[in-house]
Amino acid sequence: MANLKVIKKRISSVKSTQQITRAMKMVAAARFRKANAAVVAARPYSNKLHEVLSSLALREERKVHPLLARRGKKKALLLVMSSDRGLCGGFNINVAKASEGFINDPTSGFEDYDLIVIGRKGKEHFARRPVYNVTNTHEGVTSQASYGVASLLGQEVVAGYSDGSYDGVFVIYNAFRSAICQELTVDQLLPIVPREVSEETVVTDYIYEPDRSEVLNSILPKYVEVQIYRAFVESLASEHGARMSAMENATQNATDMINSLTLQYNRARQAVITRELTEIISGAESI
Amino acid sequence: MAQKLTLELVTPAKQVLSESVDEITAPGSMGQFGILPGHTPLLTTLEVGELSYRKGDETFYVAVNWGYVEIEEDRVIILVETAESEDEIDLERAKAALGRAEKALTEISAEEKQHLNMQKALARAMARIQVASRKGR
Repeated sequence: MANLKVIKKRISSVKSTQQITRAMKMVAAARFRKANAAVVAARPYSNKLHEVLSSLALREERKVHPLLARRGKKKALLLVMSSDRGLCGGFNINVAKASEGFINDPTSGFEDYDLIVIGRKGKEHFARRPVYNVTNTHEGVTSQASYGVASLLGQEVVAGYSDGSYDGVFVIYNAFRSAICQELTVDQLLPIVPREVSEETVVTDYIYEPDRSEVLNSILPKYVEVQIYRAFVESLASEHGARMSAMENATQNATDMINSLTLQYNRARQAVITRELTEIISGAESI
Repeated sequence: MAQKLTLELVTPAKQVLSESVDEITAPGSMGQFGILPGHTPLLTTLEVGELSYRKGDETFYVAVNWGYVEIEEDRVIILVETAESEDEIDLERAKAALGRAEKALTEISAEEKQHLNMQKALARAMARIQVASRKGR
């Protein structure tokens, strides 16, 4: 009898967990739609900026602007995009592992790395690993991707690069491919690498106002900000996508568990009935 | 037949506008300038200010933050950090921001970094108020 009660309790506990995971899935799905729209909306801006930048930078000498110039390979800054909240599968751990891999990879070529970690989960991860030099962390900025935050971060890294503290700046994040597919990506923010313009594209000869280098001067730092913003938005969409599939799995697992528990419960119940019947019958026979 | 300009106004958050217009006036970094169909290719940076475009007899105003304009064969692409049309602006908030910025500017010295930020905030608030005051005219 006690066994029956235990199983029943298990079932109801699993059921309430399932309710939570199902609700979280719904919430993640709603947030995901919003984040997805933001990713799509951010594309024209960043693509356009990239186009203009490439056509500008291709005509400039690489040495002209400090943000384009390649320097030594001493110290690099790595921006790690994680999330504030957990329960999203391997999302955070993947980023953290990939950052460690990137830092320890001898082919990436820098002697020393500093980290700026975005998101509570990443911060907690690196707090347990003091080998990595975390200079700054940002929490509570990932719930909504804002251009303001990206812009401040951009200014921070541009300043760090300009005053020579760093010879390279990278960002590592979960790039958004689809709702169920995220791809870990490392992007080089600084020095800026202009995308090669294909031969066929006709480069329009613009009039630049005030002049070309002025325009370039104001666009380059913006470009860094936009890149960070894009990483932000994509990371956010990936996070919700990852949470959505993690919660989907959890709900599915809960259903499986409830099914097997219900089966167990019914068996136990049947056993009890059978036993009672046997007892009654054998009792009747003995009279 | 009169030619038209294709205006595309894009911010990092969304594509605000994609319309066919007759005339555009933009706050360039070297002063306000107008764009009519048949303009030569031009690439210039924009200041904080008021952007307006005319469609037929109607004129629309948008407050824009830092950005730049690219003009190419009657296609005008404007990339700005923020763009708010007259209906979107919270006038009370803009006025409050203006007051704050003015107050802060009198208090801090010009050398401080904060001074520049406040000047920018002041310009933004002024642009918003200017655009908002066009409403209903």
